[in-house]
Amino acid sequence: MMNRREFCKKAMIVVGGIALPLAALEVFNPKRLQAEKEGRGKVRWAFLVDTQKCVGCGFCVKACKIENEIPYDANVTRTWVERYVITRDGTTHIDSPKGARDGFTTMKIDQNKEGMLDISSADIEKAFFVPKLCNQCDNPPCVQVCPVGATYQTADGVVLVDRTWCIGCGYCIMGCPYSVRFFHPVYHVAEKCNFCYHRISQGMKTACVDACPFGARRIGNLRDPDDPVTKIIMTERVNVLKEEYGTKPQVFYLGFSKEVK
Amino acid sequence: MVHGEAWTIKEFFVYPDEYIYWSIQIVMYPFMTGLVAGAFVLSSLYHVFGVKQLKEIARFSLVFSLSLLPVAMMPLLLHLQQPFRGINVLMTPHFTSAIAAFGIVFTTYGMIVASEIWFVYRGFIVESVLALRGKKERNAVDTLRLVIYTVLAMGAMDLSAEALHKDERAVGLLAAIGIPVACFLHGYAGFIFGSVKANALWMTPLMPVIFICSAVVSGIALCMITYIVTMEIRKLLLTWKRKDNPWFPSTDELKGAEVQVVTMTAKYLVMFLVLAITLELLDLIFRGYTAVRSWDILRSVIYEKDFTKIFILQYGLGNLIPFIIFLMPRLTVRKAALGSLLVLLGVFMMRWNVVIGGQAFSASFAGFMEYRLPIWPDSLENFKEGLFGALTVIATPFVLFFLVTRVLPVFGVKDSH
Ligand code: SF4
Ligand code: SF4
Repeated sequence: MMNRREFCKKAMIVVGGIALPLAALEVFNPKRLQAEKEGRGKVRWAFLVDTQKCVGCGFCVKACKIENEIPYDANVTRTWVERYVITRDGTTHIDSPKGARDGFTTMKIDQNKEGMLDISSADIEKAFFVPKLCNQCDNPPCVQVCPVGATYQTADGVVLVDRTWCIGCGYCIMGCPYSVRFFHPVYHVAEKCNFCYHRISQGMKTACVDACPFGARRIGNLRDPDDPVTKIIMTERVNVLKEEYGTKPQVFYLGFSKEVK
Repeated sequence: MVHGEAWTIKEFFVYPDEYIYWSIQIVMYPFMTGLVAGAFVLSSLYHVFGVKQLKEIARFSLVFSLSLLPVAMMPLLLHLQQPFRGINVLMTPHFTSAIAAFGIVFTTYGMIVASEIWFVYRGFIVESVLALRGKKERNAVDTLRLVIYTVLAMGAMDLSAEALHKDERAVGLLAAIGIPVACFLHGYAGFIFGSVKANALWMTPLMPVIFICSAVVSGIALCMITYIVTMEIRKLLLTWKRKDNPWFPSTDELKGAEVQVVTMTAKYLVMFLVLAITLELLDLIFRGYTAVRSWDILRSVIYEKDFTKIFILQYGLGNLIPFIIFLMPRLTVRKAALGSLLVLLGVFMMRWNVVIGGQAFSASFAGFMEYRLPIWPDSLENFKEGLFGALTVIATPFVLFFLVTRVLPVFGVKDSH
């Protein structure tokens, strides 16, 4: 005779045993995987930069460096801000000292080896700031060229690097037209902005979005029609960087000017 | 310090994360694979197309190709940030990447070269085994050689005319298969660069073809140099030996043979050189004529920043002068040696101008990057990606060649091929 205790035990094993393969059916449901691949998942992260609002304070760069543990004084950064100064004679001067980690503290343009260039305010026709970060391209060349598959794209569109598998060949760094990639000075593997994946997947905003006092940076979900960022991207005149490379970048810009590189 | 910071000097606006990430070792990589491929093609000219005059140098360049082979991989490993993970390429090859198949192509090619050499030398190996076995008293060296040759023979001891004929057929077949594979190995290196759409200088479908042609040129040149040097050494040794053994061939006989081989080889060199230059110039003219957005910055790199490296060192010293030397009547061995050296310089500069030149400008097209080769190896990184790392890579094939020829001599072997 089976006593009650034994019956309960056996019943649980049977239920568990049936549930397991059923769960697998859910996890490995090929239709769902297919749907995700075809881009009908629930989430597709996108970024919106309003260059009109950016004042070049560099708070975003600072926050990013700390949040993502990029050595503070190392001359590499996951995100940066560029300053564009167009003078009367039509020349464009661009700089981004230390990625604008400390903002722009002088009127002079940092020309690296060529030294600092003094431009008098009277000569300036227009000037503005442009924050840059990984575009989480829809057709990412960095993923294409990685020989070991250490760089990959998640279902929600973010491109990530597997630090335990990257061999450090640098092909992805060469392949990115936006030059957002570099070698991490500590881990010696490819590194780049990942929209603070550890934060956004937990319902938070990226560190740079939170740090920007002027609301120049916003992140949103393109698959959600009610998302305010999606609404702007759909209804206003936005632009992307270097479209000609066919990378389908997903960082959108408001107030874009033709001088932006 | 950030990787690349030690040797990159930025000028005007360069994106903050941009550095010269692919440095000297990536210059060495196509240079060395080019030599491998070129040496192999040279040896195949004899084995496949039966160019009799190249008989002497064919065996030589085949063995040289083998000694160069492991060295084609060295620069890649020295360049990786995680060299110990290099094996990952074979474990999880991601085939959309042009680098992913490298291990496979490379191994295939290595096996072809190794088996071709085996067939070429099988007769010799077996004879050595038999001779050593027949010896009454064997010293330690003899015993070692016997072991090596026995292992190399792999039990195939048949020396009948029929078996030797089969060897010969196998050599011809392998050499024939080897040519496309060698070209593929190297064209592939060209594709790695040519397919980078983010780089305005690299992206051209001509890149693989240009790489193959210059590879053959450099391979032939290197074989010629090494051949000449080895011959000179042999001549010296001979004069010295002839003092006691007057029946040895005189140096004049050797010299006659040498000039003939060199003249013939030089013809092929010039042929491929013309092809290579034509393609490179076509590429340049096409870029200037179509003048797409990147042309402004490319022009200032090509005609201003890198003018000396491109037009003086590469085209002038490295192509034009050797071209004249080889085409002038009465080619002497000494002139040929000089010409080959210059050709090697030219091809090296071409690799340099492609790899480093391709990173000489910012992807923003608004600034430049200058490369300073680290000389003194004050850190591991500066050794690996500096002058001494490059010299190590250059020296290795000669050491290997020396070792291999201890077992498989390239001169004075009678054979049926
Ligand atoms: S911006 Fe560069 S790193 Fe980011 S996904 Fe696109 S190609 Fe890759
Ligand atoms: S550096 Fe790393 S992530 Fe980038 S292509 Fe090489 S292996 Fe892939």
